[in-house]
Amino acid sequence: MADEPILSVRDLHTHFFADEGVVRAVDGTSFDLHSGRTLGIVGESGCGKSVTAKSILRIVERPGRIVSGQIMLRRQNGSTVDLTTLPTDGREMRSIRGGEIGLVFQEPMSSLSAFHTIGNQLMEGIRLHKDLSKRAIREQAIELLNMVGIPRPAQRIDSYSFELSGGLRQRVMIAMALAAEPRVLIADEPTTALDVTTQAQILDLIRRLQQERDLAVMLITHDMGVIAEMADDVVVMYLGKEVEKGPVDEIFHAPRHPYTQSLLRSIPSVLAEPRSRLATITGSIPHPFARPGGCPFHPRCPDRHDVCEIIVPAEVVIGENHVTACHLYTKVPA
Amino acid sequence: MTVLDVRHLRKHFPLRRGLLGRTAGYVKAVDDVSFSIEAGETLSLVGESGCGKTTTSRCILRAIRPSSGEILFRTGTGEQVDVAPLEKKQLRPLRRQMQMIFQDPFSSLNPRMTISEIIGEPMLVNGMTDTTIRNKRVADLLELVQLPSAYLNRFPHAFSGGQRQRIGIARALALNPSLIVADEPVSALDVSVQAQIVNLMLDLQDRLGLAYLFVAHDLSVVKHVSHRVAVMYVGRIVEIAPTTGLFNTPRHPYTEALLSAVPVPDPRRRAQRIVLEGDVADPSNPPSGCHFHPRCQYATDQCRIETPALREIAPGHSVRCLRAEELSLVGVPAA
Ligand SMILES: Nc1ncnc2c1ncn2[C@@H]1O[C@H](COP(=O)(O)OP(=O)(O)OP(=O)(O)O)[C@@H](O)[C@H]1O
Ligand SMILES: Nc1ncnc2c1ncn2[C@@H]1O[C@H](COP(=O)(O)OP(=O)(O)OP(=O)(O)O)[C@@H](O)[C@H]1O
Ligand code: SF4
Ligand code: SF4
Ligand SMILES: [Mg+2]
Ligand SMILES: [Mg+2]
Repeated sequence: MADEPILSVRDLHTHFFADEGVVRAVDGTSFDLHSGRTLGIVGESGCGKSVTAKSILRIVERPGRIVSGQIMLRRQNGSTVDLTTLPTDGREMRSIRGGEIGLVFQEPMSSLSAFHTIGNQLMEGIRLHKDLSKRAIREQAIELLNMVGIPRPAQRIDSYSFELSGGLRQRVMIAMALAAEPRVLIADEPTTALDVTTQAQILDLIRRLQQERDLAVMLITHDMGVIAEMADDVVVMYLGKEVEKGPVDEIFHAPRHPYTQSLLRSIPSVLAEPRSRLATITGSIPHPFARPGGCPFHPRCPDRHDVCEIIVPAEVVIGENHVTACHLYTKVPA
Repeated sequence: MTVLDVRHLRKHFPLRRGLLGRTAGYVKAVDDVSFSIEAGETLSLVGESGCGKTTTSRCILRAIRPSSGEILFRTGTGEQVDVAPLEKKQLRPLRRQMQMIFQDPFSSLNPRMTISEIIGEPMLVNGMTDTTIRNKRVADLLELVQLPSAYLNRFPHAFSGGQRQRIGIARALALNPSLIVADEPVSALDVSVQAQIVNLMLDLQDRLGLAYLFVAHDLSVVKHVSHRVAVMYVGRIVEIAPTTGLFNTPRHPYTEALLSAVPVPDPRRRAQRIVLEGDVADPSNPPSGCHFHPRCQYATDQCRIETPALREIAPGHSVRCLRAEELSLVGVPAA
């Protein structure tokens, strides 16, 4: 991982300003994406995974906005730009969105139009980012559908999304995300709505395309199995901030943060003894308006000390590329 | 004691085409399904989307009328009744004995009723009009699903997904059912909450001797809750076996592929997967012979012609594959 990251998120804060109060959806998160590597972002519902992705693409909806932090993108020409400084609908951001950073969502049905053929949508995507003749664009669209494993692409290009199965639709989404040959792919729960068998196909496809194109992939999921299968590095998020970040093998075999440890213990596995009870984490995720002070995990933490209720733990380096934010590893007197 | 005995259950939905709505064939959503469940036992139904899991459970609960087959249910008095042909009125006294837990606890709870009213409603409907007795029972049920009694007068929107699922379970238990049908009861929940609900369901079963029909697509959860598992493919059971046998020594190629596709939470086990080509067959136009043959890596010419029957090849282990004896398939490693 000696190479420069292609995308660096630094101390990002994205908040929603609702009438009832402020939701600190993303609250100080930092991580790097590298070409040819997959960063897995995992955490329970509401921890800020999707808002992080939307912040990078600058599509956070109102009343949300990026409050502070940086999102540094190394561009094709070698220059670096901080995406938080660009106007959301300006020319530069529009060419980055879809052009340099591709996006795949969980629900292909809602992101694909029912009124246009998949070919028209795909060709529109290509046209936005490339200056080619109509025929060349159509050829490229067919080529893309072929690349993502759609059978009979020359015919399928004229079908509508509702005529396709969930798995084929997700392939079309991936084709669209890659139409402009981005170097970064953000996939937000790309297989959550799919059967395991179809999920295996799509994960295979993402892996293959990543190798062929040396993509930097940011894979968002709540499924630890998918993370174990796909990620090189892992970010574990809790209430808008990473609690632990490290190489996939260490996260699974030597997790250090109490939340990571609890989460891993509580996941069901096909390798488990039949009828075995699962370890549980006490309590549930706090309501966004009732964030605990100090360490956000302290009300549920089996290892908490008095200090945890008052002082926010700082990030500590505990191994090569492995950091965690927990007082157990800081030198604060407990 | 056998609580539920399903025999040759079929549900064929007419497929209508054109303005006149003429029947242009049938969706064979459930096609000759047989299984039984004992008291205190969990049987899970698994399989890809559209294979007929929900339709099977809706037939059993008689939310819909089966096309044919028997659904023998043991009533509180110990006799077996075939609920398949019964009319609404005849079904009423039986309904309280078989209850449902839903996937989405929120949409199944009336937002304008308090928790106490929600849990008490089935009792009221069934003639338990004494408020004191009913309130006592509601309080007991709340304790059973491990919710504080302080919640009694709150409304559903004030609860998290896991708490709402507990409320749904308490309501399902209100009339002392012997059979619970749970259709994807934990798939909408976060892992930490999912673990709590799975444990609760296991505890309640041990305490109350409930029979569970557990419908799920997540094989990891299924491993934690089931005594036996039935795998469905295009409306048919292709394999049914005790949990350990099914996971460790699957005998149907489809089960093998399903198991191989499950991501295991261990990066050191990035196995070579069997990636099934293509999509699930269309139940209105299934392939000839063995429905699975277009996707089966072991298919022979015979598989395209002959429809395999479900046959027992080891004690309690039945499979619908022509080549079951000769194939040696790979399951998950033993626990
Ligand atoms: N439009 C919005 N208005 C107000 N709050 C929002 C909005 N979008 C997201 N949030 C809040 O921001 C927080 C983070 O949400 P986010 O969608 O990023 O979670 P997530 O990790 O992607 O969860 P999931 O696994 O459920 O997709 C949540 O508390 C959510 O309620
Ligand atoms: N009322 C209906 N009319 C016509 N076809 C139906 C009806 N209900 C279900 N089907 C069809 O029957 C088949 C089985 O559907 P069912 O809902 O039982 O599947 P499932 O196994 O529960 O799938 P999932 O995992 O997606 O919930 C599908 O092809 C479905 O489209
Ligand atoms: S800082 Fe304290 S409360 Fe937070 S995870 Fe560490 S030990 Fe637990
Ligand atoms: S009968 Fe043939 S096609 Fe069907 S599962 Fe067995 S080997 Fe495969
Ligand atoms: Mg999300
Ligand atoms: Mg269903």
